[in-house]
Amino acid sequence: MCDSCGCAAGGTEVVIGGHRIVPQTGDAAVLTRLLAENDATAAHNREHIEEHGVLAVNLMSSPGAGKTALLEATIETLHREFRFGVIEGDLETENDAERIRRHHVPAVQINTGTACHLDAEMVHEALHELPLRKLDILFIENVGNLVCPAAFALGQHRNVTLLSVTEGDDKPAKYPVMFRASDLVLITKADLLPHMDDFDPALAEARIRQLASAAPVLILSARRHTGMAPWAEWLRSELSALRARVGTKAAA
Amino acid sequence: MHELSLCRALLKLVEPIARQHAAPVSRVVLRIGPLSGADPALLRHAFPQAAAGTCADGAMLELLLAPLRVRCLQCGAEGDAAVNRLDCAICGATRTQLLSGDELDLLRVELQPLEVKDAHV
Repeated sequence: MCDSCGCAAGGTEVVIGGHRIVPQTGDAAVLTRLLAENDATAAHNREHIEEHGVLAVNLMSSPGAGKTALLEATIETLHREFRFGVIEGDLETENDAERIRRHHVPAVQINTGTACHLDAEMVHEALHELPLRKLDILFIENVGNLVCPAAFALGQHRNVTLLSVTEGDDKPAKYPVMFRASDLVLITKADLLPHMDDFDPALAEARIRQLASAAPVLILSARRHTGMAPWAEWLRSELSALRARVGTKAAA
Repeated sequence: MHELSLCRALLKLVEPIARQHAAPVSRVVLRIGPLSGADPALLRHAFPQAAAGTCADGAMLELLLAPLRVRCLQCGAEGDAAVNRLDCAICGATRTQLLSGDELDLLRVELQPLEVKDAHV
């Protein structure tokens, strides 16, 4: 521990029988961040995904906000432009992956059992089942949960959080860790907005800004296919930015 | 409720240290911030379950709560913040930098060598 402020800058301190020990060369490497191992696996995943020039997007929301419906609408709208792949995280069923496969998009289902989130190791295994060299954009649909998934990096380039208009515009204030980690927020089920007089998109956005987040906020309806163009444009610009950085797809 | 996963990650960090020094763990100290996504009460609850049967069986878990502080990128003011109000309390700017508050770090591992324990028995 650092003596001036108590931060862990110097790594973890080891005390044996009341005596602080000085780390020796060859000591077991002491990591400080609790999730250091998950983060290292996530970094490895990202490297592997980038080798193929693929953009990885981690989709998060509460259950029922419309993640799978958004993916289906996105595939329908953009399948001529992008080759998609999907990793589906769900507690129990294979239903979501089956919905995606009906659109002739490769999908790998991860059943997390009792775990309320995906972690980097689960995604690592799923990656080996996907034809990355034939993909442009990989969506990772996380388990529906606005708390736990925020803590676990997977190897994604971007976090996208869905907030449906049936949920309440104060969700960003209630789940700040999740919304703070978001690179883009999609307000979904916009077709229901005329019936939801207690959901104000401007208020939802104001609460996101109060988290010191500059993430763009887009409003769309996957069911009615409205508002899809700005979302498509965001994907387009993220993919081209990634490829400008890592080089274009070598074998495409 | 991912605190059990976090405790397992913690034990993975602690186990090689205990093995290297051939001594069981008596206390583990974490620094945890309000924006870490982990709940202190749930961590305290999960830790004994995760530690049962490991080198940290019966160890104490001590949590040091990190303050939530931001620096305004517009006016430069530094101050305390709330988890859902990270904008600048002075000038209202929504661009701030987190100075402290999202930590989830292993600060200290205390081992109790067996012979020392025996001496007290």
